Amino acid sequence: MNNVQLREVAHARAGDKGDTSILSVFPLDDADYEWLRRVVTVERVRAHLHEQVSGEIERFEVPRLCGLQFVCTQALSGGVTTSLALDTHGKSLSSRLLGMRIPVVTGNPSPSAVSN
Amino acid sequence: MPSTVRIGSGAGFAGDRIGPAVDLVREGSLDDIVLECLAERTIALGQGRRRADPNQGHDIHAEARMRALLPETLPRNVRIISNLGAANPVAAGKLTAAIAAELGLSCKVAVVTGDDVLAHLDLDLPAMEDGKPLASHGEIISANAYLGAEALMPGLAAGADVVITGRVADPSLFVAPLADRFGWELSDTTAMANATLVGHLLECGAQITGGYFADPGTKDVPGLDQLGYPYADVTKDGHITVGKLDSSGGFVDRRTVREQILYEIIDPGAYLTPDVTLNLYGVSTTTVERDRVRVEGAVGQERPEKLKTSVGYRAGYRAEAEISYAGPGCVERARLAGTTVRARMGEAGRSLRIDVIGSLQEDGAANMLECRLRVAGLTPTIDQAKSVCLEVESLYTNGPAGGGGVRTAVTEIIGIVSTLMSRDSVSPETTIVEAS
Repeated sequence: MNNVQLREVAHARAGDKGDTSILSVFPLDDADYEWLRRVVTVERVRAHLHEQVSGEIERFEVPRLCGLQFVCTQALSGGVTTSLALDTHGKSLSSRLLGMRIPVVTGNPSPSAVSN
Repeated sequence: MPSTVRIGSGAGFAGDRIGPAVDLVREGSLDDIVLECLAERTIALGQGRRRADPNQGHDIHAEARMRALLPETLPRNVRIISNLGAANPVAAGKLTAAIAAELGLSCKVAVVTGDDVLAHLDLDLPAMEDGKPLASHGEIISANAYLGAEALMPGLAAGADVVITGRVADPSLFVAPLADRFGWELSDTTAMANATLVGHLLECGAQITGGYFADPGTKDVPGLDQLGYPYADVTKDGHITVGKLDSSGGFVDRRTVREQILYEIIDPGAYLTPDVTLNLYGVSTTTVERDRVRVEGAVGQERPEKLKTSVGYRAGYRAEAEISYAGPGCVERARLAGTTVRARMGEAGRSLRIDVIGSLQEDGAANMLECRLRVAGLTPTIDQAKSVCLEVESLYTNGPAGGGGVRTAVTEIIGIVSTLMSRDSVSPETTIVEAS
């Protein structure tokens, strides 16, 4: 199956609350939102980040912003205050997520997203 | 009453830059500027400094921020609202008044206290994180309730030029001055939703103007070295337009705004603050012109019944130690060094975290230039932490070939857990300090 790296078609930001990492994913082109909604699944994200995230992952869809919000528990080695990780906040998890590969479907990614 | 208020962000965290805040006051025609300077642990760490010196415990950059900003804000009647009081808002208030007096400027400072609830905290309350009693986590050294906008209203009503607080929910620092200027009732959930959205958009400073965003090739940011801080134009009926100075670097666009709207949001349908329960599902963005994005659609529901309270406890010490290896075989030597330290530490070595941090050449691992072994441990005592560092340092003469550049650090760890307190048990107070 043809696939593409998420970084080529989406942007992302990581935030943290305690031991929970919150990863927001948006398409570079809004026309790709529906496709991302179908292929950037909790299962794929869990498989891609299994070394970082030990708890549950919940996905919220925010269509007005074309946003997919992944709330990942037990993701920060106990949280910023007592973590022994180098990146205690997990700020870099968003970029790790963008390294994930997702399957291409007919019409997506949209040509303008790729030319970005 | 104004038709539009322009409110700016002058700091998004304790370590934020000062220059862009000065630029924003000088060139931005602001009404108010908010400096958000408190991370979760900042107050707990400040308590220690306050115990050592009753004039300390506020944001360590408070003096530098005020010296840079007061000469710009006071002559322009721009109000400063900030939580840089941290563990000692009264001392920060006196410091601010003293700096204004030294500059020959009159200044009314409102100091908000009452967030410090350590004296009457019930240590049997369960922590939200694990359900266990607060006292079971370790020696409790701080407890601060997240105050809402209402705690800041008396100071603003008294005509303060500067409002200094300890722990206040970040968006509430923006909600209060907007409510004060527009005469909004704090029970008006739509007004609170819009004002809270303004605060949420701006509270992290440059994160909405191109900071925490640049990714060469896919998200290029022009003028990152000249990155500016954001402002929002807010109308009485709650229309919000986010912008930045044209002279500054970075940009405000749909992407930076969207990333910030969902930043750190655990439930987009219910972002809880002391002022409102904010629903973000209806929020949309529209680019009105270059670097100006309109944001609308915030929906508010009743504020939470209780106040989140952040509790700091002594969690031991963190040891971190590193050593470099380079050239062919460096990863294997770093790994050997790591297993050697672990073995030498015996039982204590089992819980150490060991990383090999590497820099790769473009053609791959075969030509790895250099890597660093990092050993990190959390220990109950400072002496145990120092012994971790010593085992790494002694790799110089007792470890694999070519180890160099040892750096070690021991840090006291303050853990944070949260609990909920009834509003009745938290009583904010306002004190006015004047320089004339």
